Amino acid sequence: MTFALDHIGFDVGGDRVIDDVCLTFAPASLNVLLGPTLAGKTTIMRLMAGLDQPSTGRLLLDGEDVTGTPIRKRSVAMVYQQFINYPSFTVYENIASPLRGAGVAKAEIDKQVREAARVLRLENLLQRLPAQLSGGQQQRTAIARALVKRAGLVLLDEPLANLDYKLREELREELPRIFSRTGAILMYATTEPSEALLLGGSTITLSAGRVTQFGPTSKVYRNPVHIDAARVFSDPPLNELPVAKQDGTIKDRSGRPLGRIDGLSDRPDGGYRVAFRADAASIGPAATGELSFYGKVVITEISGSESFIHVDVGVGTWVCLVSGVHEWAPGRTAVVNIDPRQVFVFDASGRRVQANVLEGAEP
Amino acid sequence: MTSITLDGVAHAYDGKPRSESDYQLKLFTHVWEHGLAYALLGPSGCGKTTLLNIISGLVIPSEGRVLFSDKDVTHLPTEQRNIAQVFQFPVIYDTMSVAENLAFPLKNRRLSKPVIDRRVAEIAAMLDLTDDLNRRARGLTADAKQKISLGRGLVRSDVSAVLFDEPLTVIDPALKWELRSKLKTVHRALDLLMIYVTHDQIEALTFADKVVVMNDGRAVQIGTPAELFYRPEHTFVGYFIGSPGMNFMRAGVRGDRAQVAGFEFGLGQVYDNLPAGQPVQVGVRPEFVSVTSGSGLPAQVRRIADLGRKRLAYVNLGDHPLVVTIPREVEGLGEVVNILIDSANTHVYVADARVQGRAP
Repeated sequence: MTFALDHIGFDVGGDRVIDDVCLTFAPASLNVLLGPTLAGKTTIMRLMAGLDQPSTGRLLLDGEDVTGTPIRKRSVAMVYQQFINYPSFTVYENIASPLRGAGVAKAEIDKQVREAARVLRLENLLQRLPAQLSGGQQQRTAIARALVKRAGLVLLDEPLANLDYKLREELREELPRIFSRTGAILMYATTEPSEALLLGGSTITLSAGRVTQFGPTSKVYRNPVHIDAARVFSDPPLNELPVAKQDGTIKDRSGRPLGRIDGLSDRPDGGYRVAFRADAASIGPAATGELSFYGKVVITEISGSESFIHVDVGVGTWVCLVSGVHEWAPGRTAVVNIDPRQVFVFDASGRRVQANVLEGAEP
Repeated sequence: MTSITLDGVAHAYDGKPRSESDYQLKLFTHVWEHGLAYALLGPSGCGKTTLLNIISGLVIPSEGRVLFSDKDVTHLPTEQRNIAQVFQFPVIYDTMSVAENLAFPLKNRRLSKPVIDRRVAEIAAMLDLTDDLNRRARGLTADAKQKISLGRGLVRSDVSAVLFDEPLTVIDPALKWELRSKLKTVHRALDLLMIYVTHDQIEALTFADKVVVMNDGRAVQIGTPAELFYRPEHTFVGYFIGSPGMNFMRAGVRGDRAQVAGFEFGLGQVYDNLPAGQPVQVGVRPEFVSVTSGSGLPAQVRRIADLGRKRLAYVNLGDHPLVVTIPREVEGLGEVVNILIDSANTHVYVADARVQGRAP
């Protein structure tokens, strides 16, 4: 099946919290909904599930309007960040519950519960109660219940956020595989860029209730069309530099002229924003290019194989990623050298201005 | 100047332990040095919170002593230990202003107003809270409230230690970067002993001078972030640190050569007399195995992951799954690729413990 949101808007107390969202999901697709807390991820999922009714727009299932169809008649499964299971039911009964409600024969229920338990490695826990399980096991139970439902639309709302790091790593690998076999459209909400990249598929970047980009995950990452898409999809945070083009010359806030910036030469005068990710910058004692900036080291964080060096460059603090272990002392003068090929330029409205942007733009 | 000593500490929640496996925290001796930042890192149930609670006084250990400098505090309650704590969720007074919240721990100690004002201003400046000092705490976002909690934890300059229990778990990724670097800057400025519990390796590694990696009630390695990355002393450290973790392969090791699944490659050191009858593994991080256009070991590609600033290939070397790095200059990959293992960063483990070889 295909599923589409057609100009969906949602108001809460007179405020538009979801604004004109248009998305079409292909059958058996994996879609990551990426955005910070309060961007509207859960709200969009609730609208897709039919738990809330949109203020404007339509939901289309295989082209047919299902906007008003009650949730019980829709083929939807949802898993929340907080593990939700029936506390008085065993793991077995928790997984079986959607099938019991649907009147499936007993032998068939047993077969499906055991299959889901096998896939999610819960076989030895079927007779336990949720309170006797670890967080990871409880969430796997909730996921198994979503799996047996064989829903056409599976909504996972930060399903791994409350789990341990390594367990997340493992489940993150397994989840798309488990659901892709069922042919479901999978929607996975997360706040973390690295999680989106690891999941692959397509990514929707969401900021303040608006979709800023939708496309293949690595394309959206490499080729953001809007500054908010780039911000949401950067960890460490996106480094930014406001610049002004005046009489053909590009200057930073302090009035210092900068070198050629790809994409700005044929643009009209005005304010722009140059942005780059931490790994597009290197740190040196001396300037090596036209995009070199003097600053003072604020702090160095070492993650084992890499060092994150925070440098105050006057317009704010940039985070630069350098491979290997480098202890740059706070207060030390450093030069940030930016790779011009890895620079994004946005206009005053936040739209990307470079020519190569167009190939990544289509939803 | 206070250092904290855990002297032969062990803990079993359940009455009378009979064997080692009954201890949730197994025998542990360590001196936490004044002025350093430590992280306790491990999966849930590894004993890291138990260890923190023993230091704070919430848990009295079944065995061993807790010393603050030379004073035995094993049986002293938390409030007599002179420590500050920051928890996962913000603990602040909604009806008070931000300044009053920050001043609260100092008022309790009956410090003079000028001293309190100076200290509050100093901490507020470090945490970028200066403009908010006169606002009520009510109505602030969860992130802002947690920043105030951090400030309250840091405001007393006379504490023996500041203990953090997963303080950034509920914070958004972008703000996490800011708060973490702030915390580190504050640590440098204040000369305090800080102990920070987390299950997030990036938080632990970037914050701490030294990380205590825990698994199953045991501290398996204490080291700097670089030591944990380059030289994991235990297979668990190799697995838990790094994303993805270290590759481990069952291997035959003779001299400076390793045999894996019928393939042979060189090691950086010579291993003469490995104990017999125990499982031998070779461990190498994905960062130190790369796809090469030159000669190397042939591996089957199962899957490629694009992680943005790096790309990884999930391959099989014989029947051994490995994760390897795809260098930037390598474009399309065939079904079979040649891989190169960096011998200088390859280690040998016997029964999960790293074995030191000798220089060739």
